[in-house]
Amino acid sequence: MNRINKKLEENKKLFSIYFTAGYPNLDDTVPLIQNLEKAGVDMLEIGLPFSDPLADGPTIQASSTKALKNGMTSETLFEQLKDIRKSVSIPLIIMGYFNPMLQYGVEKFCAKCAEVGVDGLIIPDLPVDVYNDKYKTIFEKYGLINVFLITPQTSEKRIRFIDSISKGFIYMVSSSSVTGSQSGFGEEQIAYFNRIKEMNLKSPQIIGFGISDNLSFTQATDHAKGAIIGSAFIKYITNFGVKSVDKFVSKILKG
Amino acid sequence: MKYNIDDNGYYGEFGGAYIPEMLYPNVEELRQNYLKVMAEPEFQEEFKQLLQDYVGRPSPLYFAKRLSEKYNTKIYLKREDLNHTGAHKINNTIGQILMAKRLGKNRIIAETGAGQHGVATATVCALMGLECIVYMGEIDIARQAPNVARMKMLGATVIPALSGSRTLKDATNEAIRDWINNPVDTHYIIGSVVGPHPYPDMVARFQSVVSEEIQWQLKEKEGKTNPDYVIACVGGGSNAAGAYYHFLEDENVKLIAVEAAGLGIDTGESAATSVLGKEGIIHGSKTLLMQTQDGQITEPYSISAGLDYPGVGPMHAHLYKSGRAEFISITDDEAMKAGLELSELEGIIPAIESSHALAVFEKKKFEKEDILVLSLSGRGDKDLDTYIKYFEL
Repeated sequence: MNRINKKLEENKKLFSIYFTAGYPNLDDTVPLIQNLEKAGVDMLEIGLPFSDPLADGPTIQASSTKALKNGMTSETLFEQLKDIRKSVSIPLIIMGYFNPMLQYGVEKFCAKCAEVGVDGLIIPDLPVDVYNDKYKTIFEKYGLINVFLITPQTSEKRIRFIDSISKGFIYMVSSSSVTGSQSGFGEEQIAYFNRIKEMNLKSPQIIGFGISDNLSFTQATDHAKGAIIGSAFIKYITNFGVKSVDKFVSKILKG
Repeated sequence: MKYNIDDNGYYGEFGGAYIPEMLYPNVEELRQNYLKVMAEPEFQEEFKQLLQDYVGRPSPLYFAKRLSEKYNTKIYLKREDLNHTGAHKINNTIGQILMAKRLGKNRIIAETGAGQHGVATATVCALMGLECIVYMGEIDIARQAPNVARMKMLGATVIPALSGSRTLKDATNEAIRDWINNPVDTHYIIGSVVGPHPYPDMVARFQSVVSEEIQWQLKEKEGKTNPDYVIACVGGGSNAAGAYYHFLEDENVKLIAVEAAGLGIDTGESAATSVLGKEGIIHGSKTLLMQTQDGQITEPYSISAGLDYPGVGPMHAHLYKSGRAEFISITDDEAMKAGLELSELEGIIPAIESSHALAVFEKKKFEKEDILVLSLSGRGDKDLDTYIKYFEL
């Protein structure tokens, strides 16, 4: 069974963190993963940096630009991750834009993911229908879960369709925004969380975008299986480095 | 149709809509409505009226006698430089602002490189009384001060793109982000035949007025609707798409696409996407783009800001790959020389983008009886500073 599915079966709310591979320093990737697992994080999204990250706000774009400057590439990331499963057991997901994967070769990319022990992918600019027509069989051949996004604007019909083809969780974008542009959730967002909850989807939902502290984390996990923090974490390691990430984690979990 | 778009939004293998889910409702709304809206008689009537009375269409098809004599062939110039705001760009912004109004949008966003599309967008927003926000790279703002001032006079808000390389591609990223953050009330007026489907097709259709006019104008002058060659410069490719449009499926009409070689193809300072690019995804479209081996999008260079884009529209990627169009690269120096030559021979100072197309006559030999139509996409007023510096005028 895929580690993501196993994790989703656990009877607890999940705390997931996104970070950009190769940031702040090229070799921070592996220690960061190890430290975050030790600190009690349930799942990680490893960001493969891209020059033009359309769905991300300034924080993640700046970290991507720096990571690329540091020399991060698809090849380098796989090299860094090659022994990761000797020390880490939580689910690992690569989140990145489609063009670098296309240039690497989609099948080769998937094969590499499986080889090093990556469990799934989130590719914001690979549309659901293109995935379904062209890439689904490749992903499934390598046992990878492709995670789809929904937003407050996604129609009910489309959510049902996305739910029907999801093999893991649905990434629920909290608001109509790029990453990192919200703080706390208002009535409108809570209403959206409730609306999705009442749809009784087969796939659990994990909420991302705009979660930055214990309050927003609690609001999100009250309405979904888990929550993902990205920009707020990137800001933290920008200021405090990668060693004390346990403090960040406990502040989110305990307030 | 072999060269125009198919029902799925692809030109051959290029095109599509590679967009984040956050953009799906916006793009889908447009996709479902654009053809329907464009087919409405009232829409067509308003569009044509504005093109005539406001833009000044039809633009003349001018027989360039002295230029033709020099190159011993028959050269017609399609005078898009005479349009209001000085280039072909306004054909598209007029169309899109009418589209935006029909879709009930009251906030308009756009990206701009040198500022031409920004000015054309700010102009139509002023005309329609709609809020206008233009994203422009911080570096471009510094080097295109007159156009920034024009946009401000026209009532637009110009927001600097501070991310990445702070030029056109980053301004495009910022505009897309704005659209993600404002999904309901906002229409994004893309300035070229780039971006996710249906943009390349919609922009090409609005620009297709150019080739439609060429057909009847040529009929009046030469007794036939089709030239032997249509020549146009290609950055994103909107003026070329407009000039080619009605000739796409008629293979008797040869198409020439002129790209900016910058300092030279192999110098690392170039924007010749067909030569230097590889298949990939940029701004929501599968097309040819300049990128590293690892799939990171690289910065192009050209003396002409309008050709300084790391991709081409998917229509042009298909025209290149299928061999339907011949792609020729022109360096900064060759273009500047051709721009000066047109000024001296015909009394027309062209935009540096169009100068690239004009430089083809030095590169390629045409027959005396060939009929050539060259899209003179813009006028050179905006480029005076560059001409002055280059020629030390």
